[in-house]
Amino acid sequence: MSIKIENLTYIYNPKSPFESKALDHVSIEIKQGEFIGLIGHTGSGKSTLTQHLNGLLKPTSGKIYINNLDITDKNVKMPEIRKKVGLVFQYPEHQLFEETVYKDIAFGPINLGLSESEVENRVKEAMGLVKLPYEELKDRSPFELSGGQRRRVAIAGVLAMKPEVLILDEPTAGLDPKSRDEILQQIKHLHEQMGSTVILVSHSMEDIAKLVGRIIVMHKGSVAITGTARETFRQVEKLESIGLGIPQISYVMKKLKEIDPSFNDDIFTVEEAKDEIMKWIRRRKNA
Amino acid sequence: MGDMITTDKLLYQYRTNEKEVTALDEVSLNIYKGEFVVIIGHNGSGKSTFAKHLNALLLPASGDVIVKGLNTKDEDRVWEIRQTAGMVFQNPDNQIVATIVEEDVAFGPENLGIPSEEIVKRVEEALKSVDMLDFRGKAPHMLSGGQKQRIAIAGVIAMRPDCIVLDEPTAMLDPSGRKEVINTIKKLNKEENITVIHITHFMEEAVEADRVVVMEAGKIILQGTPGEVFSQVDKLKALGLDVPQVTDLAHELIKEGIDIPSDILTVDEMVKKLCQLK
Amino acid sequence: MLKDITIGQHYPTGSFLHKLDPRTKILTTFAIIAALFIGMNFLSYTILGGFIFICIYLSKIPMKFIIKGIKPLRIIIMITFLINIFMTPGNIIWGYGRLNITREGLYQGSFMAVRLIFLVMGTSLLTLTTTPIALTDGIERLLKPFKKIGVPAHELAMMMTIALRFIPTLLEETDKIMKAQIARGADFESGNIINRAKGLVPLLVPLFISAFRRADELAMAMEARCYRGGDLRTRMKQLSMSSKDFVSILIVGLLLATIISIRIMT
Repeated sequence: MSIKIENLTYIYNPKSPFESKALDHVSIEIKQGEFIGLIGHTGSGKSTLTQHLNGLLKPTSGKIYINNLDITDKNVKMPEIRKKVGLVFQYPEHQLFEETVYKDIAFGPINLGLSESEVENRVKEAMGLVKLPYEELKDRSPFELSGGQRRRVAIAGVLAMKPEVLILDEPTAGLDPKSRDEILQQIKHLHEQMGSTVILVSHSMEDIAKLVGRIIVMHKGSVAITGTARETFRQVEKLESIGLGIPQISYVMKKLKEIDPSFNDDIFTVEEAKDEIMKWIRRRKNA
Repeated sequence: MGDMITTDKLLYQYRTNEKEVTALDEVSLNIYKGEFVVIIGHNGSGKSTFAKHLNALLLPASGDVIVKGLNTKDEDRVWEIRQTAGMVFQNPDNQIVATIVEEDVAFGPENLGIPSEEIVKRVEEALKSVDMLDFRGKAPHMLSGGQKQRIAIAGVIAMRPDCIVLDEPTAMLDPSGRKEVINTIKKLNKEENITVIHITHFMEEAVEADRVVVMEAGKIILQGTPGEVFSQVDKLKALGLDVPQVTDLAHELIKEGIDIPSDILTVDEMVKKLCQLK
Repeated sequence: MLKDITIGQHYPTGSFLHKLDPRTKILTTFAIIAALFIGMNFLSYTILGGFIFICIYLSKIPMKFIIKGIKPLRIIIMITFLINIFMTPGNIIWGYGRLNITREGLYQGSFMAVRLIFLVMGTSLLTLTTTPIALTDGIERLLKPFKKIGVPAHELAMMMTIALRFIPTLLEETDKIMKAQIARGADFESGNIINRAKGLVPLLVPLFISAFRRADELAMAMEARCYRGGDLRTRMKQLSMSSKDFVSILIVGLLLATIISIRIMT
């Protein structure tokens, strides 16, 4: 499922003293099966952008095509779009409302008008994807579960709608490192297994660097940088000027390169850094 | 250095529908005056429950909590204890009481029965110390998360505490909000000599602490300087906790036989040590 | 967006009216309301109308803004007017079938409509010139003497403050949960009344859960900041009446006395 955004502009409270431009002529193309990391400060426009992609907000001007279908067209049926694009909000566990885990995850599929047996299959499958044991948890109240589990129930609620594009808005906010890693692993797995297009909104450069194929950096309602992690982290001055940074390990490599230009500083994981430093040490020994 | 807070075999249990849970299992800890202590551990490790004992929001099932010489079990001294050990919570929206910033900062001193001229002075000082004086007339819901947390900190400072306990104050903030809050806490610790107990998931916030305490299953399982604690990379990773990337790198290099200290915490330290390698 | 709804809106201009003690403004507003009910005749309403317009002028709030406040009530005002026109017995000046307009009805209807407009103008002038917090403070202090007979003045004021503080937060949250459920295919807009009411469950349950969680956390935060009821509490802002307050009260007192005398004499 490909996404094409053309000259998207969105203005909050137009023609009032509170008028503010949240998106300013944004153009982005996302190909089928891409894993995108969307980064930017609070207020950079990334949440406004994601809400446009499944029709929750209507652009002030500009077009959005999902598989060549113009979703900004008046005649497009919204449920059709929502079937295709799933949106997991920040702190999604706050939207849980049903008595049981099963019923809550089934809410989306039922709204799609699926048959009972299909709904059951979807719930089972979605729980499997986020590693929640179906038999053990399906009849439990979601409110009795731990924070990390509740979040996974909420994510499963969106996965059960089988969206072809999955957008997650800071899915790890407020979780401890262990639950964070689990959820990120599951998202990665999901992308590899289902081949769906994934857009991950995050503040953590370290997490993004490990997972995504391409990064889009938003700043003041516009796209500031786009490219692979490598290409993005090369623009460290620009990132810093908009108040973002690069992973700690990349800073180490950049400093080392200043001292010895033979260093490769295109590095953002500990593993790569270790290899590069070992190479350097051997080079020095041989010299 | 004198003791600020002492817990002695602090035990806390609660019942759920099915079973009895031991949230704190005989925790004994001394916190010294002026110290900056960071407590890490994952959700359910007992660190939040521990924090709530430090200003008598919870009382131990057995064992004692002594705050500046006062036992939290002593009901008559509860207000003195809460004034001594102020507390800041995780959700910035759920701890601001008033509709105007300065009124909110005044809330604590008002509860202590302080005369109004004195409150005005304290509110101004407190807002200045968190660098929010320009926002005194604003409505809290118009502020960013980091700004709201600084208001919450000012609300505690206005009570003139000796110690601040912060229960995951940065968990719901974005990186710039987190930085604002951390810099504020550090400044209060350095310049006003306020004892800080900071609970967090983010290990980068622990790097500059005087002492790091790691909790797991209601117990303290590791404590020491940040270098001492984070150099135990394998142990922390097994617990599902993070270590700074540079410490992780040092650990990996040592495994390869490179002679480098295991307690490296910052980028500059790492670069310096690598350049000194023979 | 829901966030734009403001309840008890405040319009700061720093005018003479803004600077008055909230107690003065509350008391005089009540006096004007009383006067509107006591003196329902042409002379009294001319005087009161004049007074209200002078106050609006003094407040430096644009007339447009005051009229905007009346707009949502225009249907109620119209209905009041029409009911009075048709339902008051008296001299018929126009009739069609069983619908009759009477002279008395026209008179009564006009007064009722004008009274409503003046009531809304007077009370909105109170909220527009007074911050919510000053208003609650004023109410708390005015009610204090009645504490002996069991009026919980402090508790009422505290409840009002907290409600005002959390209205924007909860509106924002409603907006967010609504969007999240719409993204899961929920429909808040179509269907009959029963279906629509059912459709609100996915919104209301999370909202209530969140409100309770917030209440719980807020209570703990307040306790941590030594809150123990109103008894030992002092306040940062002392309210103090100055000469302009006494003069204002005197003027409004005289106004009320005039309206009462007109009523007695005619």
